[in-house]
Amino acid sequence: MATAAAHAEAHEVHDHKPSFFARWFLSTNHKDIGTLYLLFAFCAGMIGAFLSFGIRMEMEQPGLQYFSNPATYNVFVTGHGLIMVFFMVMPALIGGFGNWFVPLMIGAPDMAFPRMNNISFWLTVAGFCSLLCSLFVEGAPGASGAGTGWTVYPPLSTAGHPGPAVDFAIFALHLSGAGSILGAINFITTILNMRAPGMTLHKMPLFAWAELVTAFLLLLSLPVLAGAITMLLTDRNFGTTFFDPAGGGDPILYQHLFWFFGHPEVYIMILPAFGIVSHIISTFSRKPVFGYLAMAYAMVAIGVVGFVVWAHHMYTVGLSLQTQSYFVFATMVIAVPTGVKIFSWIATMWGGSIRFTAAMHWAVGFIFLFTVGGVTGVVLANSAVDKYLHDTYYVVAHFHYVLSLGAVFIIFAGVYYWFPKMTGHIIPEWAGKLHFWLAFIGANVLFFPMHFLGLAGMPRRYADYPDAFAGWHKVSTYGGHIFGLGMFVFVIGVVLAFRSKERAADNPWGEGATTLEWTLSSPPPFHQFETLPQIVEEPGVH
Amino acid sequence: MSPHRADPGRRARRTALACAGLAVGMIGLAFASVPLYDAFCKATGYDGTPRQGPALAASAARADDSMVVHFDTNVAPGLAWKFAPEAGSIEAKLGETKTVFFRVQNTGSKPSTGVATFNVQPGLMGGYFVKIACFCFNEQTLQPGETLDVPVVFYVDPAVREDSNTAHLSEMTLSYTYFAAKNGRPVTGPVANSAAPGTKGDF
Repeated sequence: MATAAAHAEAHEVHDHKPSFFARWFLSTNHKDIGTLYLLFAFCAGMIGAFLSFGIRMEMEQPGLQYFSNPATYNVFVTGHGLIMVFFMVMPALIGGFGNWFVPLMIGAPDMAFPRMNNISFWLTVAGFCSLLCSLFVEGAPGASGAGTGWTVYPPLSTAGHPGPAVDFAIFALHLSGAGSILGAINFITTILNMRAPGMTLHKMPLFAWAELVTAFLLLLSLPVLAGAITMLLTDRNFGTTFFDPAGGGDPILYQHLFWFFGHPEVYIMILPAFGIVSHIISTFSRKPVFGYLAMAYAMVAIGVVGFVVWAHHMYTVGLSLQTQSYFVFATMVIAVPTGVKIFSWIATMWGGSIRFTAAMHWAVGFIFLFTVGGVTGVVLANSAVDKYLHDTYYVVAHFHYVLSLGAVFIIFAGVYYWFPKMTGHIIPEWAGKLHFWLAFIGANVLFFPMHFLGLAGMPRRYADYPDAFAGWHKVSTYGGHIFGLGMFVFVIGVVLAFRSKERAADNPWGEGATTLEWTLSSPPPFHQFETLPQIVEEPGVH
Repeated sequence: MSPHRADPGRRARRTALACAGLAVGMIGLAFASVPLYDAFCKATGYDGTPRQGPALAASAARADDSMVVHFDTNVAPGLAWKFAPEAGSIEAKLGETKTVFFRVQNTGSKPSTGVATFNVQPGLMGGYFVKIACFCFNEQTLQPGETLDVPVVFYVDPAVREDSNTAHLSEMTLSYTYFAAKNGRPVTGPVANSAAPGTKGDF
C-alpha cells in the first residue's frame, strides 16, 4: 500500500466547531456522524443484548420460567435478530467506522453529500423507534410484538399476526433500509470521486475497498427487501395476494425475495470487518498486508458470488436435485475467496514483528472464530446435511460464530484500534485484553455447545425443550453471563480512558500504521485535508 | 481512474444519480419478479405448479406404466363448505386423459363465494401433471345447501420417466383448497385466470 507524503500543514488555526445542538443534531461532519452512529449502535446493541439475555435465561432450564406466553419469547428472538442486524452491526461497521475512516483513509475532506449523510443517520434512528414501538402493540393474537423471526415469512407474518406490530416492524425496515441505501450512494460517490491525487483504486486502503463493495451490495440487495416487505404490507392491509395462496400467490416467492436480500446482507455485515482486520493485522505485524490485490478482489468476488447462492437458505422448500446441486456448488465456491483472505492474514503475520495489543488480540481471535463459523458454513452448504440441520441450533451456532463472534469481535477490535484516533484518549491495554479473554471464553462457551444441541435435534425459536437438551443449554447460558461480564470491563475501560490525563499521540501504533488517518492529529481536526494530501509511491512499501 | 478536479460536483452528482437509478431498478425488479416467477412456475412446473395444456393424442398413452394419483381436498377456515372428490385416488396410465369430479356443497345458511387453488406433491411432479380443464381460480358462489359437481381433466405426462428426479415415483397427490373469496371481488392475484367469475369447468 502506498503511504502518504508528509502532511504537516497546520489545521488547528481555523478549527471552530458549531454549538452543541447544531453540531450533534444537524451534523454534516462525517466524523461527528460516525460518532453518532457508534453511540447509536452501542445503545441499540445494549437493548439487543438485553433481549438475548432474556432468551438465554429462559433457555437455561426446560419448561417456561420467565415467559408465560411462548409468543412473547419469539418476540424477544425477533427483536434481538432485527436489532443486532439492522441497528447494531450495520450502523457500527458501515455508518460508524465507515463514516469516520473512509474519508480519512482516501484523503477526502468529508463525504460527498454531507447533508444526505445526516438524513441517513436520522432515518436509521427513526426506524429503530418504529421497531421499539412494535414491541408494545399487539402482534400475534393475545401477545404484543412481532414474533415472526427476522425473516418475517408469510403466512406467519400475515395471517399469524393480525395486530399492527408487524406493520411497525416493516416500517422500521423501510426507514433503516432507505437510510442505508442513501448511505451506500454516499460511500460509492465519495470513494469513486474524492480520492486524494495519486490514490488510485489499486492503492486504496482495504477498509475503503471493503466499504465500496459493501455499498454496492446494499444498493443491489436492500431495494429487493424493500419491495418484498412492501408486498407483505399490502397483503396484510390492502387485500393483495402476492404471497397468499387464496388469491393465487405463493409464500415461497417471499422466501426467494427475502434471501436474495438476506444472503448478501450477511456479507454486508462481515465485509467491513474484513477490511478492519486487515489493517489491524498489518499494523501490529509491522508489515504491509500480504497479497493486497488478491485481498481486494477476494472481497469483490465474495460480493458477486454472494448474490447467486440465496436458495441455500431454502433447501427444504422442494428444489429439484439439479437446482440444489447448483446452490451447493456456488455456496462452496465462496469458501475460496474467503480462504484467500484467511491465509493472507496469516501470511501477513508470518515473519512479522508482532505486538499483541488489545486490538491485535481481537483481530487474531476473530480469524480463529470466523474460521470455525466458516467451516460449519461449508457443512451446512450441503443440501442433504442441511435438511437435517435446517432451523436447528446448529444453524444458530454457525451464524453466531460468523456474526456475533465475527462482526462483533471486529467492532470491538476497531474500537480498541481507533479509539485513540477518534477521541485522543487511550483505553488501558489491560482492560482491552481482559475484555477480550472474557468475550472469547464466554462466546465459545455460549455458542459451541449449540452445535451439539443442533446435531441432537434442538429446533430454533422454541421457548421450551425436552430435558435431554438441558445440560448444554445450561452451559450455554453460563457462557452468556461470562460474555456479559466482559461488557462491564469494556465500559470501565472507556470510562478510565476519559478520566485519564494521558493523551494519544498522532500515531500511537508506530511504524506499522501506514494509512492516512495516522498522519492527522488525535483526535483529527474538525475539518481535515483542506489541502489534499499527495500520495507518492515509496519504494519497497507496496 | 483519477478524479477530475475540474468539476467534482457534477461528477459526484452523476455517480449518485447512477446509484439511485440502480436502486430504483432493483425495486422494479423485485416487483417484476412476481409475474416472472409465476410465468417460470407455470412453464417449468416449479414448486408444484401443474402445467396446463391440451390432451395428448390417444396413441401417446402408455399401457404398461401408470401413476396412482391421490386427491386431497381442504376448505380454509371462514367458508362453511363441504368439499370431497368422487374417489380418494385413481390409477392413471401415463398419457391417458382422466376426468375426476369433485363435489362442493354449501353447508352454511348464507350464500357464499369461494375460490380454489391447487398444487401437487411432490412439488417436482408439477411439470408432468398436465391439466386440460379445471375449476381452479374461478370464483364460485353457492346458495345455502346448493351442491355442485366440478370436473378436473388431466393426464400424467409420460416424460415423467425421463427425469431422474421423478422416474422412480409411482404415486402423487393433487391437492385443492377452497378459500373464501376476498370481499366477493374478482381475485386479481398473479396467477388468477382470465375467465369471468362464476364460470365453471374451464380454466
